[in-house]
Amino acid sequence: MSAQAPRRNFLADGLAQIGDAGLFLPALLAALPRSFRYFRETVRQLWFVGAMSLTIIMTCGLFVGMVLALQLYHVLSIFGGTSSTGTVVALAVFRELGPVVTALLFAGRAGTSITAEIGLMRATDQLSAMEMMAVDPMAYVATPRFLAGIIAMPLLCSVFSLLAILGGHLVGVTWLGIDNGTFWSNMTANVDVWKDVIDGMLWKGLAFGGVVSLIAVHQGYTTPPTSEGVAYATTRTVVASSIAILAIDFVLTAFLM
Amino acid sequence: MTQRRSYAVGTGLFIVLGFLALAYLATQTTSLANFDEGSTYDLKARFTNIGQLKDRAPVKMAGVRIGSVKSIQFENDKLDALVTISVDKRFDQIPDDSSAAVLTSGLLGDQYIGIQPGGSPQNLKNGDTFILTQSAMQLEDLIGKFLVNGNGDKKSGDADSASKPAPDAGQ
Repeated sequence: MSAQAPRRNFLADGLAQIGDAGLFLPALLAALPRSFRYFRETVRQLWFVGAMSLTIIMTCGLFVGMVLALQLYHVLSIFGGTSSTGTVVALAVFRELGPVVTALLFAGRAGTSITAEIGLMRATDQLSAMEMMAVDPMAYVATPRFLAGIIAMPLLCSVFSLLAILGGHLVGVTWLGIDNGTFWSNMTANVDVWKDVIDGMLWKGLAFGGVVSLIAVHQGYTTPPTSEGVAYATTRTVVASSIAILAIDFVLTAFLM
Repeated sequence: MTQRRSYAVGTGLFIVLGFLALAYLATQTTSLANFDEGSTYDLKARFTNIGQLKDRAPVKMAGVRIGSVKSIQFENDKLDALVTISVDKRFDQIPDDSSAAVLTSGLLGDQYIGIQPGGSPQNLKNGDTFILTQSAMQLEDLIGKFLVNGNGDKKSGDADSASKPAPDAGQ
């Protein structure tokens, strides 16, 4: 009995978190018009979650592209198809790896700091203090971070994909000796701008940005006001974001294909 | 104030960089890079079988890409496939007795339309139709023919061996 009770709690807890986050979203959107007054705050958050994430996104993108080209070159050489390395790198990056890996990195780099920051504001009663000063914390703290995440993710996805393709080019063409023209012409012949770049990368990036930011802001906003609570909330942001990203990725892929 | 300006500039740079990356990806790594808009003319070709030919498949002459497949329709009255191809306006010297064939790049590659030039002094114009066409080579048909021929050879071989003893018997 005692073994079953935590499991039921876990399930109910998870469902409650999902429902709570779902109810939190309309509150965020309702605060959107009021948050335009704090436009500078949105810009500052965009700088923090977007521009400051560029280093890790670019480094990881480069290495993902490089390892992808290296792996594919050896597999494709079995079939004599090394000329399509560029195509496969581009398609894999646009459709899956670009948005998903960027979103996972984004959850780890930006999501956690959003949760920790808002959680600490909650724990130290800064949010209540704002309310006392007639500053709506939803409009000043929550919505700018949510908005910044949604704007930043597609841009980060683009940068990640670009670096991944350049990394693939570096390994495939410069090191393994695939012909430069073949690499690009096969890619341009098989990658479609709507199906792969817009549907595959941009929409997914937007969706992941929204989901990760929502989870991060919600977890921070509703954290128990203790140091332990903030720690748990930060962990839950990463866990819930990762699961949500991969699950939504499957659903989106099924719909967009 | 300087602090504020520095992050505003950083954010602006980030947004510009993101959109530049997106623009580069959208125009340089996709089929948009091969687009020559407005400067094409259409030709038609009828095939009894197009195999796995798809829209936007390349059209090649002497192995060089000169255009792409615009549309593929089934013609109800003629019971064949009408393929409309758009060819770059720069390549307007295709003789009107040229033939179009559905070919495969490599053994298992994608299919494309290859044009064999003829010798006519007249050139194909917008809306013209190829008179000579060659349908896609179906691997299954080839295997089928090979199997049938193999059996046929065996049979004729049997017939030979059967007919051979006959003269012996006659002697």
